[in-house]
Amino acid sequence: MTSADWPLWEVFVRSRRGLSHTHAGSLHAPDAEMALRNARDLYTRRSEGVSIWVVPSAGITASSPDEKDPFFEPAADKPYRHPTFYDIPEGVRHL
Amino acid sequence: MTGAPVSTVPLSAALALGDDALVLSHRLGEWAGHAPVLEEEVALANIALDLLGQARTLLSLAGDEDELAYLREERAFRNVQLVEQPNGDFAHTIARQLYFATYQELLYGQLAAGDGPFAPLAAKAVKEVSYHRDHAEHWTLRLGDGTEESHRRMRAGLDDLWRFTGELFEPVDGLDVDWTALRDGWLTLVTKTVDQATLALPTGPQLGAWTAGAGRQGIHTEPFGRMIAEMQHLHRSHPGATW
Amino acid sequence: MTTTAPEAGAYEAVFDATVAADERIEPRDWMPDAYRATLVRQIAQHAHSEIIGMQPEANWITRAPSLRRKAILMAKVQDEAGHGLYLYSAAETLGTGRDELLDKLHAGRQRYSSIFNYPTLTWADVGAIGWLVDGAAITNQVPLCRCSYGPYARAMVRICKEESFHQRQGYELLLALSRGTEAQHAMAQDAVDRWWWPSLMMFGPPDDESAHSAQSMAWKIKRHSNDELRQRFVDICVPQAESLGLALPDPDLRWNEERGHHDFGAIDWDEFHEVLRGNGPCNDQRINQRRQAHEEGAWVREAAAAYAGKHSEAHREAQA
Repeated sequence: MTSADWPLWEVFVRSRRGLSHTHAGSLHAPDAEMALRNARDLYTRRSEGVSIWVVPSAGITASSPDEKDPFFEPAADKPYRHPTFYDIPEGVRHL
Repeated sequence: MTGAPVSTVPLSAALALGDDALVLSHRLGEWAGHAPVLEEEVALANIALDLLGQARTLLSLAGDEDELAYLREERAFRNVQLVEQPNGDFAHTIARQLYFATYQELLYGQLAAGDGPFAPLAAKAVKEVSYHRDHAEHWTLRLGDGTEESHRRMRAGLDDLWRFTGELFEPVDGLDVDWTALRDGWLTLVTKTVDQATLALPTGPQLGAWTAGAGRQGIHTEPFGRMIAEMQHLHRSHPGATW
Repeated sequence: MTTTAPEAGAYEAVFDATVAADERIEPRDWMPDAYRATLVRQIAQHAHSEIIGMQPEANWITRAPSLRRKAILMAKVQDEAGHGLYLYSAAETLGTGRDELLDKLHAGRQRYSSIFNYPTLTWADVGAIGWLVDGAAITNQVPLCRCSYGPYARAMVRICKEESFHQRQGYELLLALSRGTEAQHAMAQDAVDRWWWPSLMMFGPPDDESAHSAQSMAWKIKRHSNDELRQRFVDICVPQAESLGLALPDPDLRWNEERGHHDFGAIDWDEFHEVLRGNGPCNDQRINQRRQAHEEGAWVREAAAAYAGKHSEAHREAQA
């Protein structure tokens, strides 16, 4: 590597136990170890996290917005996947 | 345990540890706006803030934190000379961090394991300084094993500051610490990092250096006088004022 | 992609509908070139302001008069570096890297907020910056949390949340001075006298002279006009100044019952344009320090990159 331009990393933070890692933002770092440390300093300096992932931005394959319809439309006609699809008699609780 | 009553805390030890943290925090604060990359602005400030927090707790054990920080003369400060050394380039700062954070981690580790008056404070601080050591080690590796220029600068940093490291192992009154074990542990850790960074441990006087023990006796280096002049000036210009 | 591409018009219709529905535009969505360029310019200027803005306050870190104030100030300057990073990341999602933006800043081809071209002459200036400059920035920034561009809006949510302490610490600092000794009170009044007008200029030129405003409002990058936000800020500050026991340096400042707002005196736009042109008290100093830090840090960044290169090669060889 001759360039001093450090690659970009995406940062995911688990804010507390029981939750999944959520995308927090990105940063530059020369390698994964430094990326992790920079992420700790930058994205958890107010104790926002219990666990961090860093992923090289170049390593992410994203769905294209052009493919949006074929990708996501099929799910749109499956309302039975969503709890609000079901009528529950009044008075029934804890469902 | 919520901290020992002031009377049981050895004053000289609280000052020694508190002044170390206060002075190094000040030096790191001088980096603000000058760091080599933005991510490092954040990292150095984190370390400076941890140290300032430690300093405030320790100085408060010995008296009023602001009176102690702002109204003592140079000869009354008890920090080791290592922490007052000017920042130099980034490699010098990293060398100072490597030497000092490794020392601090081992020292606080021992204090935390004991049942002396500093145990509760040390238990919290050891986690912070262990991260400081990790930061210094990672940079020592990258600078030592980076480019020719960074290798040369890192070696210069380690060499220049070496003679200030002997003082770290001079016993401090009131601290129940195995100083020989501390020095052995320190040498092992620093040697390992320096070797891995393709560098060599400096030669030359360390324990026998004339500086060894001087800072703890209130003998400091010339740049320290200018540092505290800047630090104390505003506070001293308004006697009795509150801020 | 080789799928049949709908013509640009169809894309534009989707973009317009998304903005109209108050939904967010995301990085990989189609967007008009001018929208992208406007955002890059605005986000970059915002990011540059954060990192240049570290300088006037960092100027007082080593002289902070109590350890409590010193810790607060260090944390605040650190936040500004962090906010700069969030914003450069947001700009990066539009395809413009941080290095490119920094190069433009260093070459004087991109701007930062002119307010940071004024010097911090006394400790009270740290308070005035917190109260007035951060106050004005927050007034500007809160609506940006609803900006149409997702990554920018999300960065602003984070920034606004973290910045809530910045303004309060400034106000508290000034209050301590105002209620302190005579010399401290005078120091606070002097700082407010110097920072009040430049703070009002932070909202930008009057609406009828603002070059980019109308389009930015249509795109929902911007939600309120410059004059609207400036008026809101003045109305907020007047009672706060009273509680501080400090005067705002404007003889024309008074409540206008009819408008339901405070009237205030004429802003010296000549001064604003002079500072913008590079003739403020600290323009050269600020850019020089930034450039110097960047240049002196080059060997560090190169070393880390070289190390990463060596060790990923070693890693690959070890696996082969």
